[in-house]
Formats: sequence, structure tokens, C-alpha cells
Amino acid sequence: MSHIVINTTINGEATEFLADERDSLLEALRERVGLTGAKEGCNNGNCGACAVILDGRLVNSCCVMAAEIEGSQITTVEGLAQRDHLSPLQQTFLEDAALQCGICTPGFLVASHALLAQNPDPTEHEVRFWLAGNLCRCTGYDKIVRAVLHTAEQMRKA
Amino acid sequence: MQAVKYVRAASVQDAVRLLQDGGATARVLAGGTDVIVQARERRREIRLFVDVKHIKELIGVSYSARGGLTIGAATPCYQIYGDANVRQRYPTLVDASSVIGGTAIQGRASLGGNLCNSSPAGDGIPAMIVLEGVANIAGPGGERTVAIEQFCTGPGRNVLAAGEFVVSLHFPAPAAHSGARWMRFIPRNEMDIAVVNAASQLRFDGNRVSWARIALGAVAPTPLLVAEAAAAVVGKPLSDETIAAAAAAARSAATPIADMRGSIKQRKHLVGVFTERTLRGAAERAQGAQ
Amino acid sequence: MVATPEKQTPANKQYRVIGTRPLRPDGTDKVTGRAAYGADVKLEGLLYGQVLRSPHAHARIKSINTKKAEALPGVKAVVTAQDFPPPPPGSINLGESTANFQFLKDNLLASTKALYHGHAVAAVAAVDLHTAEDALALIEVQYEPLPHVVDVREAMLDSAPVLHDSLRTQIRAAGIAPRPDRPTNVASHMRLQKGEIEKGFAEADVVIEREFETSMFHQGYIEPHTSTAYWNKDGEVSIWTSSQGPFGVRGQVAALLQLPVSKVHVTPMEIGGGFGGKIPTYLDPITALLSRKSGRPVKVAMTREAVFEGTGPTSATFSRVKIGAKKDGTLTAAQVYLAYGAGAFPGSSVGAGAMCALAPYVIPNTQIDGLDVVVNRPKTEAYRAPGAPAAEFGVEAVMNELAERLDIDPLELRLKNIASEGALNASGQPWGKIGAREVVMAMKEHQHYNSELQGEHVGRGVALGFWFNGGMESASSAKTNDDGTVSLILGSVDIGGSRASLAMQLAETLGVPYEAVKPKVVDTDSVGFTMVTGGSRTTFAGGWVAYELGVQIRGKLVERAARIWEVPVDQVSYGDDGVIRGPKDAEGKERKLAFTEIAGQLARTGGQIAVSASVSKNTQGAAFAGHIVDLKVDTATGKVDVLRYTAVQDVGTAIHPSYVEGQIHGAVAQGIGMALLEEYVYGADGRLQNASFLDYRMPTTLDVPMIETVLVEVPNPGHPYGVRGVGEVPIVPPQGAIQAAVYDAIGVRFQHTPMSPRVILDELLPDGG
Ligand SMILES: Cc1cc2nc3c(=O)[nH]c(=O)nc-3n(C[C@H](O)[C@H](O)[C@H](O)COP(=O)(O)OP(=O)(O)OC[C@H]3O[C@@H](n4cnc5c(N)ncnc54)[C@H](O)[C@@H]3O)c2cc1C
Ligand code: FES
Ligand code: FES
Repeated sequence: MSHIVINTTINGEATEFLADERDSLLEALRERVGLTGAKEGCNNGNCGACAVILDGRLVNSCCVMAAEIEGSQITTVEGLAQRDHLSPLQQTFLEDAALQCGICTPGFLVASHALLAQNPDPTEHEVRFWLAGNLCRCTGYDKIVRAVLHTAEQMRKA
Repeated sequence: MQAVKYVRAASVQDAVRLLQDGGATARVLAGGTDVIVQARERRREIRLFVDVKHIKELIGVSYSARGGLTIGAATPCYQIYGDANVRQRYPTLVDASSVIGGTAIQGRASLGGNLCNSSPAGDGIPAMIVLEGVANIAGPGGERTVAIEQFCTGPGRNVLAAGEFVVSLHFPAPAAHSGARWMRFIPRNEMDIAVVNAASQLRFDGNRVSWARIALGAVAPTPLLVAEAAAAVVGKPLSDETIAAAAAAARSAATPIADMRGSIKQRKHLVGVFTERTLRGAAERAQGAQ
Repeated sequence: MVATPEKQTPANKQYRVIGTRPLRPDGTDKVTGRAAYGADVKLEGLLYGQVLRSPHAHARIKSINTKKAEALPGVKAVVTAQDFPPPPPGSINLGESTANFQFLKDNLLASTKALYHGHAVAAVAAVDLHTAEDALALIEVQYEPLPHVVDVREAMLDSAPVLHDSLRTQIRAAGIAPRPDRPTNVASHMRLQKGEIEKGFAEADVVIEREFETSMFHQGYIEPHTSTAYWNKDGEVSIWTSSQGPFGVRGQVAALLQLPVSKVHVTPMEIGGGFGGKIPTYLDPITALLSRKSGRPVKVAMTREAVFEGTGPTSATFSRVKIGAKKDGTLTAAQVYLAYGAGAFPGSSVGAGAMCALAPYVIPNTQIDGLDVVVNRPKTEAYRAPGAPAAEFGVEAVMNELAERLDIDPLELRLKNIASEGALNASGQPWGKIGAREVVMAMKEHQHYNSELQGEHVGRGVALGFWFNGGMESASSAKTNDDGTVSLILGSVDIGGSRASLAMQLAETLGVPYEAVKPKVVDTDSVGFTMVTGGSRTTFAGGWVAYELGVQIRGKLVERAARIWEVPVDQVSYGDDGVIRGPKDAEGKERKLAFTEIAGQLARTGGQIAVSASVSKNTQGAAFAGHIVDLKVDTATGKVDVLRYTAVQDVGTAIHPSYVEGQIHGAVAQGIGMALLEEYVYGADGRLQNASFLDYRMPTTLDVPMIETVLVEVPNPGHPYGVRGVGEVPIVPPQGAIQAAVYDAIGVRFQHTPMSPRVILDELLPDGG
């Protein structure tokens, strides 16, 4: 077992932690940093439940080594809400019932957040294409896709 | 995860040295979307990851009308298909790089990694072949270049020798009156390994096809450049007949296996379908470019 | 344009709260990443476990040597089947299935034989996951591979390899010939019979008989199974798990480890989907044993590969369906033969399949045979309407073919024979109040059904579906708080919004706003016995309990008000608006107290009110659904694109319409997966080849369209608010509807699901390709 020290910024806070050199970013976030919002659904890049934003781009944290993130900026689902209120996407997911069991929800929120950051007015197809790497088994995607479109619409109005 | 160590290479020389010292169990780590999963699933013994993403030659896209396009081998797909020059002049690279995995995979996956993973089904490879791509390789013996179609030597195997790695991928500037298209067949609409993939490039002289390249994936131990298929369309206007002849030639060049992802009959048939579809797509783009 | 659901006006005018779409109480935690699922459990000194699985489909285990693994630094415990006490006789009822203890134990960790690829054989606990994985590689298992059989029909042949030497066919109905007394893979044979089948076929003008196969499908929940256990020094065992039924886990762990249930404490964590697959236990007894051996808490989370290889998917099935009809469409007879692969141990859902197969129709003469057959695959388990999709697929396909043969509209053919109140079902029981006719009428009138199909190789199909729904035991308690709220204590885990839908029913009963009810899911020590969240029973049975709690609270509040006002109890009444009214006072003013007001005064009139209730009802009310699908086939590749989908369903009363719609959306997407994409693929070596989300192809966002839902409300008279289960029946029609639409598009009637591109292309290509 060899341990390494990692310095990063997570959700805007400078964070230093000790990780096993074999840890993925997902394992490090969950087991070392204590942020369990990113979920493990497959551990091989196929479900998106572990999605985080790494230096401005969407990645699956199970397919990143913890050692790689030295000096990086990371946003997880825990970093989406403001101090005392939810982000527009979080609020709409709740109001529009875009979650059932909720295990996929962190991944969908992070991925949708990344989408709206670069495309504030996506079409239904663009939303579906962007989210194709996020699996949800409960919702049939209907209310998720609607919630993303609905949030985009509200954010454009605001 | 097996007991793997991680090291960042600072320069090309540094990487060569680390790979050489690391021996057979050292692997380049680009986007990691293949190699991290392989290491975790213990499909091969890996003791050292050499992260090449901090070497400046390995990341970025540059284009000039005389020099063509150079893509750092570890440049993630999203940066490739987000590049204005690539979008305008090499839409074929957009075809492939925008469907490798989903968005989150494209945030990391590179075309260099796609090539070096050397899967027969690697989606980027046929696209790079028809664009006449070459891999710029660095190693203990200095630098060399290898044409993409000669790079893979078998499933998961390629021409790289000990200590060698790919620094960048290079593509000539597109010729006038040319167009290229890449497509694949997958059972889902995203997030799938190609049952068959194919790419075609056509150059026109008036309405005659003056030059062509057709490449196929997932139907042989390596991606294939099929000269006979290209020959079937060259020298004549593109027609249903020449397309059918090219499709037939492509079908006979394909030597697919049957596996869980596709049968031989299905793959042979799809080779014809996608040769045809990419040829029509290439012609359309060539027209658009005129 | 995307419509925002109306939030506050109840769709159902009869009610104040029911039919609205309030926010779920656990929602904020689930969108901020705070909600704690099974894998999120953190305990001081926690060890991480991993399970070693058989690479063989069928093999004798000659020896297991764990010495090297135990010697690896960081490894704290290794367990094998030897560490279990002998299992008790008998079995446990888990709601949607029963588990025989001997089989359950043998499935948890194989002892003498590995019966499928992925069968667990040993487990380790170590200081971290990486070390636990390293240790697995050091466990030496000597196998003697045996011939295997994974196909249900092959397994029934006399020449087939036998899985269990002790197994003999149980004959479960009169009239079935007994079988010779020798080992077999056919675990049981049941039959449902009504009328005279031969006479019925003789009366028919048209008889169609077809054979069908469906593949093995996995529930595909995104959260892998997890379990954390701590075996305390006093012999008390605590378990944190993501299960559909914490009481079922308690029962299984207690039985297998020979502990009294009072020593097993199960805390349900949030659960990331189940669909029936998280009812049996796979890990909890193992983590408990690892904890006992190591003296530390142990957590095991399955890998995705382990979930596919080692948990409980559906049966792969074979069926034969024969239906006879008169020229005018009147059905005269139907015969159905179902053979379900149970996996490595008996107990498929073929019985439920048999009871559902012909349920939507009134047919005077029927015979349904069901065979439960063991094969070298994982033990099958419940998956959303267990057994029904495969059985009804064949029946719906034959119904559609009959409609064409008779030149009758497929919905007219169904209307002519539709099940209705008072008619007898296949088991000879009369139907209660059901909405089958209403569903078909709504389909017929829907714009989708009456629209024009456009384009080449496009097709439309329809199919019906039936599911019983579950009743069974549920318990809850409730207490008032002096701020005018009510705490609702639940034993049902919340997989898709049941906290909200149960709180809504209590709020309705009490006439208080939804926000005044505070639901909480608690552990097995803190609430009465509650069956699994599954079988579409939670909103039904939990709602019954909520109603009973409300009625009790109303009664007590009336007593308290009478005491405050010093009037006789019978002059005080509780209004549905949550206001308690008494006789006029001396000045002629009406006496009234709103719920919030009286709650604040309870401390002075005998304290806060706490009540509990438990119900066990079998008046759940059957559910019918009908689906309409349009699709397009790419005839060059065999790929199907679903273009439009409408799901009509009798939902009884939609308590929270958004969650009802959501259940239907999810089930339809799973059904589309079954029809077109998903399947377990076994190699000639009996190994599962596609144990990943990459190759077990569940639909992505791009593989399903928006799914229109039509909620028909025929209230269930067996429930105070008319609730029927809604979650399961919508997975039944998709395979039949899509099969019919593919036929409409390209003229081929497939008799196998999934209708994957390869299968469709094979049919379209001339032989030899
Ligand atoms: C969920 C998922 C979906 C996927 N979908 C697709 C798909 O649709 N199509 C497809 O083709 N692939 C797909 N892949 C595979 C993978 O994403 C691609 O092959 C990707 O292009 C690999 O790039 P990478 O940068 O991540 O490579 P890495 O994983 O970093 O490397 C891959 C291999 O190449 C070697 N290597 C990398 N860079 C170099 C270099 N510069 N020089 C020498 N050797 C090098 C590595 O040592 C390793 O052996 C998918 C993977 C996942 C996890
Ligand atoms: S857990 Fe990372 S993509 Fe599934
Ligand atoms: S809500 Fe359960 S997986 Fe998406």
C-alpha cells in the first residue's frame, strides 16, 4: 500500500488529502474526502453516476486516477447548491419529479449542469445526446429530459 | 485496482525514459478510459502509469493550410470536435470523436489512446486512415512516423516498440473537391462498441471520382484500408453501380469473427451498407465543399 | 414545449391532497448528494469485503484453500460455506417470492458444487478494497468442471446434465401424469384449468398456435447491492443495507445464522432501485459472518459484473400459446404452456406468469401449464410483474395475429372478450371492479391510435397487460406534534416517492396540508412488521395503514375536543377539512378547532397522541394497461427506432400523479429494453459474456422517446382512496406491442425477444447474407 498526498480544489475549497496510489478519483472522493454524492454504478465508465466536473469538463470519476488530479479543480454534486438554496437544476428536478430512487440523480445533475453551462438553449435531442452516457433505470428519462429543458427555459427568462 | 504507481512525465524525453525504465508493465496514461478500466479489471499486468497529459506536445490542435492538422496524441475528444478548424475542415474527425463513449468519456478519451489501444473496433481509426493520418512516434531511437493504416498489428497490438509512444497525429490539409464521412453501426443509439464502422474519402475531378480511400473497422484483427473498394469507384462518376462494386469489394475484404456483439453474416452485410452510406456521405460533403 | 405539471390543483376533485404533486420530503437530500445509500455507510474501523465467484457454469468444488489469502497483510477475515451453521428446514415468504433456506444458503456461498458462472464461493474482508481484491486472487479453489445446461428446453431433456441429485418434479395439479422417480431439472409442474379445452377448440373457426422465447433480463438498478454489518461483542448483529425489505433481510439473516430475530437489527439505507431484485439477500449473512470473524464492521459492495453474474434476473422462457376464436371474434378456448428457467435453484415466477397469461380476456375454456426448470444460470428473482411479461407476450402476439386473420381491429377483438366485473378469471375466481374495458376504450379514442402513420417501414402495434398487484402486511405509527404536524413512521423503504404518497394519504384523512405530515423510514426495531416494497403494494397497503392511523387520530382528537369543550363526544365531529366542530356554546357561537390549534393544546389534555396500526389486506385490485407504439425499422441494418409511445393504464386513484407517470415511464423503458436490446448472452462454455452496462444494453436517453401516459381512474373499492398498484403492470405490454409494430412495419412476426438488430436483419437477409 503506498499513500500519496493530493492537493486540489474541490467545490471551491482548497483540499489536501491522503490517498492510496491505486484509488480512482471516485474512490478518493468517497472514501478519503468523505464526499459520497458521486455514486458508483458500474466502475467502468458506462453509467455516469460518478460524473464530476474536472477542470471545467465533464468526466466519469471512476475513469480518473486520484493521483491525476493534483492541482486540479473539481466540482461534485455537493458543490452545485448555494449556501442556503438549491441550484435551478436541483430545484426543477425536485419540482418536476425527475428522480425516483435518486441514485443516478447526482450524475444527471452534474452532467446537465455542464451542458447548460455551455449551451443555455439546448433542443430535446441535444439534451438526450449529451446525457446518453448517464443511465437511469427508474424514470425512462422522460421527466429528466423535461426538467433539463424546463430549467434552461427558466434560466433564460431569469 | 492492481498495485499500480503513477508518474507524470514532464517532457517527451522524460516519458521515453520512464517507459523504458518501467519495462513491459509500464503503460502510457492518456485519457485513461481504456487503460484504467483494464488495470482495474486486471485484464493485463500494469505496474506503472506514465501520464503524458502534461507534456505540451501531447495536448492541443493546430492547423495551417500548408502544414495540415496536428493533434496532440492525448488531446481529449471534446477539444478535438470543439476546434473550429476541425469542425470546418475535418468533419470526419467530428463524426468519430463525438460518439466515442458519452460526453463524460469524451472529456478524457483521446484519439491517440484510441489508436494505441488498437482495438479492431476503435472508432477513431478508420476515420484517421481515410484522412491519410500518420502517427508521430518518439522513442529511445529518436522519432519516426507511421501511417495509421500500418499502425495496428493485431487486436490490442501495434508497431510501438519498448519505450516508444505516440506524440501526435498528423493529417494533410484537405484536397480541393474532397469530402469524407465516418459512420458506425451499434445496436443502441449511443454508448456501444461498433459492430461495424467505416469511413470513406472521395476526391472529385469534375463529376469523376479521382481518388478514394475506404476503411473498415471491427471486421478483421485490425482496422482495414481496403484498396480494392476504393479502386471500384475511382475513375468514374459515383453511381449506384460503382457504389455497389465498392460495397462488394469491401465485403470480400472483411474477415469478421462472430462474437457476442455481432455475427459474421451481420457484419459482412453491414460492411456493404456502411461502405455505401459513407461513400454517399463523403460525396455530399465534397459537394458542399465545392 | 414542455408543460410544467400543475402543482397544486388536485386532478381528482374529490380530494384536497390526493391528486396534487407536492415535493417529496427526501428530495433535497437526493439532489444535493447527501442522501445516504448503502454504499455510503461509514463506521469507525470499517473493513471492506469482496466475494470470489465461480468461473465455471457447473463444477464440483473439490477444495478451497484460503491460507494464502488469510496471510496477506491487511486481510482480516475469509469465509466460505463452511462458516455457516446448517440451515433450518423450511422457507421464508419474501412477498414476491419465497426463499427455501437450504437453497438460499447454497446460493449465498457454494459448498459442494458451483451451479453457475458467478456463483459465490468465498468472501474476504480487508482494510481496504484493493487489498480485499488482491486477497481474492490468493484463494485457491479446485474445481472439477461438469457438463452444464443453460437452455430451459434442453434442461428438460432426459439427457441433460442434472443440477440437483435430490430434485424430483412436484406435480401441482390433478390430471398431470406423475414423473419417474429419478433426478430431474423440472422442479415443478402446475396447471390451471377451466371448462373443456378440446370442446372449446372444436367450436372455433380459427385456431392459431405459436411458440415464443424470451431472454433472461436483469432489473438493471443502477445501485449495486451493498451490505454493511457489525456483529457486536454481545451477539447483537446490526445491518445497514439497501434492500426492498428490511424485515425480509432480518428474517433471512436470523434464520441462516441461527439467531433470534430480536438480535438482528436492520437499518434500511436509501435504495438505488430494486424492481424486485433487491428482495432476496446476497450479502447480508456474509458481511455478518465476516464481521464476527474479524471483530470489526464490514462493508461489501458488489461490482457491476457481480450484479449481473450473481444476483437474480428473470427467467429465460419458452412458451406455446394456442387460441381459438369464432368468426365474429368471440374467443372459445386458449391453451398456454410455459416453461421458465429458474436458474440454479427452483422457484421461478412461472406460477404468477400462468395466472396472468390470459387474464385480460374472458375465455370459457382454458388450460395453462407452468413448468419450473433449473438451469446453470443465476437463481432468478422477481422483476417488476414477475413472470407476467413473458407469459403475456405470447398471448398478445397471438391475439394480434388472430385480429388480422379475422379482419377485426385488434382493439375491437379485445373489447369483445375483455375481462369485466363478475366474469371468471383463469383460476375460476370472479373479477372485482376492474378497469380493463375503460383502458381499451381510452386506447381506441386516443389521438395516437387514430393518427396516420407516415414513412417507409413504419409500423404500429398495441398490446394489453395485466398484473394482480400485492396486498400483504404493512405497519406504521404516527404521532402528533404540538406545532400542528404529524410524524408518520414507516417500515417501507422509499424507492420512488412512497414517503410522499403515504404522507399524502394521511394528510387527506386528517384534512391537513401535505406539509403537516412528516414521514420517516425507520429500522426494524422501530416499527411493526412490514412486507417488502414491491409487488406494487406500498402505496396500496401503506396507504391503508395511513388511513387507519388518520382515523384513529381523528377519533382521539374528537375525544380531546369534547373534553376541552366539556361536551359529550357524540356531539363533536371531525370534518374532512381538518376542523373539529362541536355544538354551539352558550353565546350561540359555533365551537370549532382546527387540527393545528388543537395539536397545540394536547399537552394540557392528556399529552400528544401516538397511534399505530397494521393491516394485511388482499383487496388490492387488479391493474390493466394498454400500450400503443409506433416505430421505424431500418431494413438495411435491422435497427428499430421507437418513434411514439402511449401508455394507458387503470391506476385506481393517482395519489401523486407525477410518481404514477414516472412509474409508467420507467416500466415502459424497461419493456422497450426487453423487446429490442437486452439479453443475457451465454457462451458455449456456459459463461455469461456480457456482464457490463456496455454489453447488457439498457436503453439510454437516445433509445426511448417521450412516453405519453393516460391515467384512467377506476377507483379500487377495496381501498379507502381507491388505490391500485401502478408500478408493475406497465412493463407487461411493451414486448407484445413492439412485436406487433415490427410486423406492421416489415411483415415479420418475431417470436423471440429481444428483437435485436441482428435478429431482425437475419430475417430480412436472404440466406447466406
Ligand atoms: C464507457 C466507455 C465507452 C467507450 N466508447 C467507445 C466508443 O464508442 N468507441 C471507441 O472507439 N472507444 C470507446 N471506448 C474506449 C476508449 O474510450 C477509447 O478507445 C479512447 O479513445 C481511449 O483513449 P484514452 O485517451 O482514454 O486512452 P487510454 O486509456 O489512456 O489509453 C489507451 C491505450 O493506449 C495507450 N496509449 C494512450 N496514449 C498513448 C500514446 N500517446 N502513446 C502510446 N500509447 C498510448 C495506453 O497505454 C493504453 O494501452 C469507450 C470506453 C468507455 C469506458
Ligand atoms: S460508476 Fe463511473 S461511470 Fe458508472
Ligand atoms: S432515479 Fe433511479 S436510476 Fe434514475
